[in-house]
Amino acid sequence: MTAVSIERGIEALRQQVDASVASYMSSCIHCGLCAQACLFYTETGDPKYTPQRKLEPLYRVWKNDFTLLGRLASMVGMGCKVTDEFLHEWEELMYDSCTLCGRCTMACPVGIDITAMVRKTREGMVASGHVPEGLIGAATRAVEGGGPMGDLLPALKAVIRRSEAATGIPVELDKEGAEYMVILSAQETVGFPEIVEAYSKIFKQAGVTWTISTETFEGTNVGIQIGSRDIARQLVQNVVDAAEKLKVKAVIAPECGHAYTALRWEGPNLIGRTYEFGVVHITELVDQLIKEGRIKFKGKNKNRITYHDPCQTNRRGGMLEQPRAILAEISENLVEMEDAGIWNWCCGGGGGVGANERAEELRTTVFLRKKRQLDGVKPDELVTSCANCRNIIEEALDHYEMDLPVLGLTEMVAEYMETDETEEPAADKAAEGEDQ
Amino acid sequence: MTEPGMDLLMWARGTGFQIAIGVFLFGVALRLVEIFALGRKADVAPAKGDAVSGGFRTIFSRFVPAPGFAALLPVQVIGGTLFHFGLLFIVFFFIPHIAVIKDTFGLSWPGISSAVINALTVVTFAILVVLLVVRLRHPVRRYLSDFQDYLIWVLTVLPLVTGYMAFNAVGPYIPMLATHVLSAELLIALIPFTRLTHAFTWVSSRYYNGAFAGRKGTSS
Repeated sequence: MTAVSIERGIEALRQQVDASVASYMSSCIHCGLCAQACLFYTETGDPKYTPQRKLEPLYRVWKNDFTLLGRLASMVGMGCKVTDEFLHEWEELMYDSCTLCGRCTMACPVGIDITAMVRKTREGMVASGHVPEGLIGAATRAVEGGGPMGDLLPALKAVIRRSEAATGIPVELDKEGAEYMVILSAQETVGFPEIVEAYSKIFKQAGVTWTISTETFEGTNVGIQIGSRDIARQLVQNVVDAAEKLKVKAVIAPECGHAYTALRWEGPNLIGRTYEFGVVHITELVDQLIKEGRIKFKGKNKNRITYHDPCQTNRRGGMLEQPRAILAEISENLVEMEDAGIWNWCCGGGGGVGANERAEELRTTVFLRKKRQLDGVKPDELVTSCANCRNIIEEALDHYEMDLPVLGLTEMVAEYMETDETEEPAADKAAEGEDQ
Repeated sequence: MTEPGMDLLMWARGTGFQIAIGVFLFGVALRLVEIFALGRKADVAPAKGDAVSGGFRTIFSRFVPAPGFAALLPVQVIGGTLFHFGLLFIVFFFIPHIAVIKDTFGLSWPGISSAVINALTVVTFAILVVLLVVRLRHPVRRYLSDFQDYLIWVLTVLPLVTGYMAFNAVGPYIPMLATHVLSAELLIALIPFTRLTHAFTWVSSRYYNGAFAGRKGTSS
């Protein structure tokens, strides 16, 4: 992290102000409807969590420096103060109680994109040094080791070995000219490594060539979560360099909401150009492969299943239909939670909140909203397409002693695919060899 | 000797009105320049959907409250919507107001009967009072509210009350009408310099919001 100061913070906030920000700031009439859209307010009843209120640092800088009345007030010493004490007070609102889920943005009657402005305000928080320790640690590890959990290459290689042993399908690393380059979220590599087996099976059946770069395989972008363009740019650049070196057709964004936002939407703007490759989310790709008839299924899950829409891929990313189209192929009994779809409630751990240890108690409290959604449909299993959501939900279910398996969508696809009987898992072959 | 208040009324209708309209136009121009001169960097991420249609969709779609919100906050959502329509009808369809607009801008349209406008004024005022009570009592609105929120409430209510009193001959007519005209002029002049700016910036805010969503292939 570079040197921080209140001056740098204010300048970083100034850099965020454009016509959209000025338009939004001019339009708020303090109606407070956004509070009803925010699970941090609805589950605590504390008005300080009103989303609009979280924008106060950016509002003050805009008013002081970008309006005539604000400039005049500042000239006579009556401008809004932006101090270290003030930003310190706002740190909890910025990082502990906003997951950038986007519900407030959907609810505002005058159309203020509050979520985008919280993201922008975080730039000022980083530059002024008002960031929770947990996120600073994740950011430092990401810059030094490539990911929020540090260098996971040895772990990834172990995951790949296990996948190859289980499926008999080799994973070709650093393969130039493959159609797709897969990146994973650290959460997947460490917590849900079965995803690599799922990719292997799905892509083999669909006839897709793919590879993983040993130089960059991390999809999580802590820079986006913490609010640092510099870090976000570096992490995106790592992926771009690897993908362009391997000359792949597209990079597959993993089951991780913010990884998708980082690479698909913010990335080109961060590095200042379009990529030489495309970006496709794994859910979009699987949906496309199914529609092309390249994935066949052997049956359907008969359990009562519900789908949790990750905020960044659904509400903020436009993937509302694809996961449901996939589930229609593999599930006989999909039940939708109240508010499912574009109005779905966040798991409570997105936008860096999950990496912020200080926010754990609050995060668990606001999960009560998800708990009520789940209690309303009483599913046998929950499926989602974001490893971070999955991890947060599993932890919270454990806390509330709820017995509910949480599945990853891509893994579920692999589970219900027709298997190629001619293939024998390498592990089985090895076992046969030992027997002889 | 002229009737008491007549000089004030004549000033309000003449010089006062010109000042108010001048300040309003200057203020609106200033605010629009302050906003749009900032510009926006071009988004180089390949679009999934159309930004322009998304923007226009959201300009209109936000007239309908978000699903479930009217049930959660019925007074605020329904009252908030109704009083805007009430004001719109009172300001632009009261026949004497149309006459002022015709004199100033040369445009006119059919009005609504004074009796209906009179009743609408009472309803709109009542809703504004209820909304003030909500602002004072609801934890979120009370928490968010500052001096300006109460100021713009007063600025909005004054022309309504004085207009009603003048029309219904409550109190001396000429001074009351002068007060009504002056309070309306104060409101007009301060629109661009207070949160009442939302009277015109809502269009661009909704557009930007919808356009960003539209680019991503989602709707907002």
